Amino acid sequence: MTTTESSSVAATRGEARRQATADSVYKPKDGLLLEVDDLFVEFHTDDGVAKAINGVSFDLYQGETLAILGESGSGKSVTAQAVMGILDMPPARITGGQVRYCGQDLLTMPDEQRRKTRGPEISMVFQDALSSLNPVFPVGWQIAEMFRQHRGMNKSDAFERAIKLMQRVQIPAAKERVKAYPHQFSGGMRQRIMIAMAIALDPAVLIADEPTTALDVTVQAQIMGLLQELQEERQMGLILITHDLGVVADVADKIAVMYAGRIVERADVYDLYRQPAHPYTKGLLESIPRLDLKGQNLAAIGGLPPNLMRIPPGCAFNPRCRYAQPLCTQDRPELREVLPSREAACHFSEEVLNG
Amino acid sequence: MAEAILSATDLVKHYPIRGGVLRRTVGQVKAVDGVSFELYKGETLGIVGESGCGKSTLGRLLMRLEEPTSGSLIFDGVDVYKQRGRAMRKLRRDIQIVFQDPYTSLNPRKTVGDIIGEPFDIHPDVVPKQGRRRKVQELLELVGLSPEHINRYPHQFSGGQRQRIGIARGIALNPKVLICDEPVSALDVSVQAQVVNLMEKLQDELGLSYVFIAHDLSVVRHISDRVGVMYLGKMAEIGDEDEVYSRPTHPYTQALLSAVPVPDPTLRNKREQIVLQGDVPSPANPPSGCRFHTRCFKAQEKCKVDVPELILRPDGAGEHFSACHFAAPREIIETIDVSGAATPAGGWAAAEQV
Repeated sequence: MTTTESSSVAATRGEARRQATADSVYKPKDGLLLEVDDLFVEFHTDDGVAKAINGVSFDLYQGETLAILGESGSGKSVTAQAVMGILDMPPARITGGQVRYCGQDLLTMPDEQRRKTRGPEISMVFQDALSSLNPVFPVGWQIAEMFRQHRGMNKSDAFERAIKLMQRVQIPAAKERVKAYPHQFSGGMRQRIMIAMAIALDPAVLIADEPTTALDVTVQAQIMGLLQELQEERQMGLILITHDLGVVADVADKIAVMYAGRIVERADVYDLYRQPAHPYTKGLLESIPRLDLKGQNLAAIGGLPPNLMRIPPGCAFNPRCRYAQPLCTQDRPELREVLPSREAACHFSEEVLNG
Repeated sequence: MAEAILSATDLVKHYPIRGGVLRRTVGQVKAVDGVSFELYKGETLGIVGESGCGKSTLGRLLMRLEEPTSGSLIFDGVDVYKQRGRAMRKLRRDIQIVFQDPYTSLNPRKTVGDIIGEPFDIHPDVVPKQGRRRKVQELLELVGLSPEHINRYPHQFSGGQRQRIGIARGIALNPKVLICDEPVSALDVSVQAQVVNLMEKLQDELGLSYVFIAHDLSVVRHISDRVGVMYLGKMAEIGDEDEVYSRPTHPYTQALLSAVPVPDPTLRNKREQIVLQGDVPSPANPPSGCRFHTRCFKAQEKCKVDVPELILRPDGAGEHFSACHFAAPREIIETIDVSGAATPAGGWAAAEQV
């Protein structure tokens, strides 16, 4: 942590102390940063209870990129929000499971202590940068807020740091634009500002929730490149939440595929694309338009994702699955090892693997 | 190729920017700035480009939802922009549109029957009053929805189903041309494929011609016979799907194609990506000369002054329309894997290596 020359003694000391506490409290063991263990989240609404997450578990190590892939309503964003601790409760309710950061359960932590993890330990980039930034404050002020709140820096030092960060995320003419408002930036630039805020306090875990979905492809390529670069530079654990199979193939190390609030397949990125073990993953990969199949029908998955208030009994995917057997409507398949270091939640994964 | 059903010549749409106390025009947003193309009978013309390139404005111009600043549009031998009153209304039957957002383009207070039946209120001679309900039910069945759902409201349907309702409304009057403005962008991947299949089926059954506007390059490639690439209100390149995707000669097309992530991890770091710097300039103040020169990796002095014409330029194997002074194909290695469904990756991948 470098401090600017003009920083006051108090601020420096405060920062150092906080830094020291943070260092002693959170030490990853063997690079293991985050463990999500059998997490359950429900939403209580007037129409009933929506079971958004039904037993999700995954680990995240230093320097690793985990992609959580799923369609809308699969629970991928809710998972991220539960890890971040920014779920609206109510209507949401965490009904089970643990989220351990460096061995400590975040869910049972006192609020004040947990608040201090948001930013310096775990941080998040949201999809829609325009609505995530405050329209009535300059962007530099919003980035600087991280340093004022968490590091107790004074205004001018915090501003200096904000400019440095804006330069780091390659915003041209950062010095002149630090006092500009969010609406004066383009979509790609706003996403860079979001990223600057997220990495301001050097978090160990960065969660990116559909970071490029609202952007054009040429800008998407710039932003994904920047995220990767920052991750390598800081050895962050990156959780990338997306529905885009192309983006995942480009950057992920491991993939967790979600459907109806459960992880249905977990694998190394190369294995998953080469040979999916779950019928849903297979269906998704086949529904991408392919050059050699031009002029033919796309292999669409029939039907619709289930309503989370009425998840079908047995395997949630069974009404849309072409491998479904009577067993699938009764017995819910658990995530199991189908090949070395490959897991899928399907009774017939062996058949899926063999084509 | 077959005869042209729709031909646009030099379409221009400028929106005034008003400012000051007197609301005087202080500038122009050049949304569409001289676009010409032809749509042939029974084909699909894909229009791709990034946000702000004018592709949606072009769609609205083709529908005459916007009056053009200049230019002409000939549909079946008739100049669309010169028609008025009854003749124009009759013409509207033949060109219909499907909008992007199935959530906001359907009136939430109307039933599906009312929404799909509304075109018949405006054009009562298409279907007699007694037959309307039946006709709507037929349409529902045609787009893969249950005819019993005629009395339901839009909120009772999922996004994919709503887009089917929008398509049913679009084809209700038996149009000849259907403008599809980002029809699958708001849908999930698995549902997107269903809607694309439906659109191809309807094209075969009803002999429709599509103008398919989208930013998703792989979907456009799948559905289109020909593709036009737009940048800042101008057509950068247009040609057969294969010419534009396999032998692009415009640097913008090349950059766009290289930026699309390919769903195949084995190609990681093997593809040469052209990462464009910066953002698309404002259409209110487009760059001089070639509009792409501020972000182009080939730009030279000439590009800042001379506007390159959209003319036939050689692409290695033949020639197709491209608007670049230095149009030239790049070495492209196609990565098609046809070894079976277990390896769906590769796709339309335009992996490039130097």
